[in-house]
Amino acid sequence: MSQIETFYEVMRRQGITRRSFLKYCSLTAAALGLGPTFVPQIANAMETKPRTPVLWLHGLECTCCSESFIRSAHPLVKDVVLSMISLDYDDTLMASAGHQAEAILEETIQKYKGEYILAVEGNPPLNEDGMFCIIGGKPFLDQLKHAAKDAKAIIAWGSCASWGCVQAARPNPTQAVPIHKVIKDKPIIKVPGCPPIAEVMTGVITYMLTFGKVPELDRQGRPKMFYGQRIHDKCYRRPHFDAGQFVEQWDDEGARKGYCLYKVGCKGPTSYNACSTIRWNEGVSFPIQAGHGCIGCSEDGFWDKGSFYDRLTNIPQFGIEKNADEIGTAVAGGVGAAIAAHAAVSAIKRMTTSDDKTEAKQEEHS
Amino acid sequence: MTVPLNASGLDNSGRRIVVDPVTRIEGHMRCEVNVDSNNIIRNAVSTGTMWRGLEVILKGRDPRDAWAFVERICGVCTGCHALTSVRAVEDALGIEIPYNAHLIRHLMDKTLNIHDHIVHFYHLHALDWVNPVNALKADPKATSELQQAVSPAHPKSSPGYFRDVQNRLKKFVESGQLGIFANGYWDNPAYKLPPEADLMAVAHYLEALDLQKEVVKIHTIFGGKNPHPNYLVGGVACAINLDDVGAAGAPVNMTSLNFVLARIREAQEFTKNVYIPDVLAIGGIYKDWLYGGGLSASNVLSYGTHTVIPGDKSTDLLPAGAIINGNWNEILPVDVRDPNEVQEFVDHSWYEYAEGKKGLHPWDGDTSPKFELGPKTKGTKTNIKELDEAHKYSWIKAPRWKGHAMEVGPLARYIIAYNSGREYVIEQVDRSLSAFNQATGLDLGVKPFLTSTIGRTLARALDCELCVDSMVDDWNALINNIKNGDSSTANVEKWDPSTWPKEAKGVGTNEAPRGALGHWIKIKDGKIENYQAVVPTTWNGSPRDSDGNIGAFEASLLNTPMERPEEPVEILRTLHSFDPCLACSTHVMSEDGQEMSRVKIR
Repeated sequence: MSQIETFYEVMRRQGITRRSFLKYCSLTAAALGLGPTFVPQIANAMETKPRTPVLWLHGLECTCCSESFIRSAHPLVKDVVLSMISLDYDDTLMASAGHQAEAILEETIQKYKGEYILAVEGNPPLNEDGMFCIIGGKPFLDQLKHAAKDAKAIIAWGSCASWGCVQAARPNPTQAVPIHKVIKDKPIIKVPGCPPIAEVMTGVITYMLTFGKVPELDRQGRPKMFYGQRIHDKCYRRPHFDAGQFVEQWDDEGARKGYCLYKVGCKGPTSYNACSTIRWNEGVSFPIQAGHGCIGCSEDGFWDKGSFYDRLTNIPQFGIEKNADEIGTAVAGGVGAAIAAHAAVSAIKRMTTSDDKTEAKQEEHS
Repeated sequence: MTVPLNASGLDNSGRRIVVDPVTRIEGHMRCEVNVDSNNIIRNAVSTGTMWRGLEVILKGRDPRDAWAFVERICGVCTGCHALTSVRAVEDALGIEIPYNAHLIRHLMDKTLNIHDHIVHFYHLHALDWVNPVNALKADPKATSELQQAVSPAHPKSSPGYFRDVQNRLKKFVESGQLGIFANGYWDNPAYKLPPEADLMAVAHYLEALDLQKEVVKIHTIFGGKNPHPNYLVGGVACAINLDDVGAAGAPVNMTSLNFVLARIREAQEFTKNVYIPDVLAIGGIYKDWLYGGGLSASNVLSYGTHTVIPGDKSTDLLPAGAIINGNWNEILPVDVRDPNEVQEFVDHSWYEYAEGKKGLHPWDGDTSPKFELGPKTKGTKTNIKELDEAHKYSWIKAPRWKGHAMEVGPLARYIIAYNSGREYVIEQVDRSLSAFNQATGLDLGVKPFLTSTIGRTLARALDCELCVDSMVDDWNALINNIKNGDSSTANVEKWDPSTWPKEAKGVGTNEAPRGALGHWIKIKDGKIENYQAVVPTTWNGSPRDSDGNIGAFEASLLNTPMERPEEPVEILRTLHSFDPCLACSTHVMSEDGQEMSRVKIR
């Protein structure tokens, strides 16, 4: 194999004009939330950076992360796979199987020591000597550790690799663990979500290829650019929350008017993700817009935080035992910045400014 | 060519070939075969190599949450477990959903089937038939002529278009970084397409990649995201508001309905102008490769799907039924509640039953993992070289219908629909067969044509066509129903667990993209007491049962000649025709609290 080509060279060779290339760079900048001043920097990076090999491993998982990844609209996944990275191992998409597939993994590790990105979907089970997930006759755990050793950077795709997700929900019969429990000597970029948003996934990759560095991470290892705010912070139904206008039951008047889903269990107020901003599937919609509350799928241990339909206040670890109704009647007290109080205060405020009878009636509930 | 359907008819004395990992599938799978001196497969061993234990995790949880957990069984057939789960809970609690919810769920379910089939054919299966490297030799002009002959209605057919695709491919290959195409079997004589057909297929691989992200947007409208859209016990969460205040911010409004119709039309065009013509064109060139029928010629099972009139299974577009011993004249009724019909065996699975060898109905299931290798295993516990199939050898259980191993999937439901006299299906099958016979000069009958690897792949494409066509009907029915003044989407009478009986049990069924899917639930005191899913790949990928009956994967590989045994092209080709989904098949675990203590948590 020849030396690694730059992204720009590949695009040019494939008949993409310089003008289109620059346009692509500006779209990338926009997707990453960067201003137009960053376009030259992105272009420069893409002109000089090589096409990076990526090894994509699968442990215990459901393949929703791969499925999400191929939904990416900008960049299109065909451009990612043909022009941006060299996806050398991915057992969901690769042509070869068996020992020919294993040979590729080995070859890439040897040839690109310290230069490849390891992307991990799913997680390793530790029980039964790791044999709840077997690759090539051996525990997945072995493959994971082996591939991690010489990786330049490691991406934990989705909630399985980041937190453990559904197979690690109580009682976690296979003792599935997030990858940072078994790879301790390398920084891991967590891209949680079940699955993560497609453009978030390709956005993280593009950022790394463009700037040649890991995006800035929060204390839990998530890229700040996508996981820095709660869904609630940017939700288009937020004005209804502030106005005390809630869906009380499925398919009620509020549901049809697009009111806030907090009372039917929405976890938007405690979930850090980009669903309400970038939205899903090329920005078409997101769970709240489609009428169902957020289930908090990008949060650690979201399966074990009570029913998806419980109001947040009923969840013990939320730090407050009262629910919105109770707080509504005792709003004066110092319940702090808790969401429930926030909801109640918003509701009370609304009551004092509105004389709409139906809504006032609704407030009696809250 | 008769295929032995029992372990007693298999010969494992020849050279052993191991394929692990089997790639381009969902999840983790291993396959071992023995070939005779003529390189013909005489024994096949299919092994599920992962286990997650989701049903154990469900125990004690809120039944209204179950859909989200089981949806994560599989992110490829995303939504079909969620749908089957809400059906099981609604069956247990006696909840009837509004007609709009029935239609919206149909639209979501069919969207999933369409997406799944298209991605399966182009991105998981095509490379078993199509050689992208050979496409470099194609003449773009001749490719354009081929495209216009195969599908005159497809607009992307100019010589320039194919030249661009070829240039892109050429430069990709020349870069030396072959990515996902690296180490493929590109000089294997098992690949038969002329370069022009290869180039056309590569172009469609890329077109399908673009298309698939569009059709799933129907899930995004109704379920908020894809993969893993949201479902709701009692109906759907996407309220309808066409003309009142707030409609613009409501989930279902005129704009989103228009958007949905546009996505249906797009998928319909692709299916009719690209997908089906491609399968027939490729199938025609591989006319001498009619292997892989296996169990489909004998035993097939379908739970029936796409019920037009809610609650009336006789209106299923693809009806329920079972055929055994290849008797197409008799469609047997299937009752998923009967304890003697669907049963699971674990003699060759890495589980043990407390009461020894017998089959258990899902409502009475028992699962304790027991990872144990037979005495003839080569290698060690954590470095297996060759499995001992006389012992336990898979994380998949062996479900059986009245003791019979059954093939499930689009081919099974098409065989049953065809023999049940469903006119739409008969027209599809007859039209395809006549096109095939015309193109190849053969005079095949329906049975040898359908019961093959090619037939299985074709049935998937026809299933996709049925979905896109009937989605237009569903969309129109939805509009009509709203026009008639019904905009209800959820029945909340029994939303509150205090309205539930102390104990209840239910079952939900569906035909998932890969075949018959059933979820069985028991509810006690408002919580899940037990939960069992018996999924398509459990049927198809099952190991042997107590009587030595082999499953569909194993049967399908028998008697297939391999060009080069060390290169598993033929094995992949036939296994992929089932679209294996291993995360689905191998999560199965029990229900009853005792088993938990037997799972060692270290």
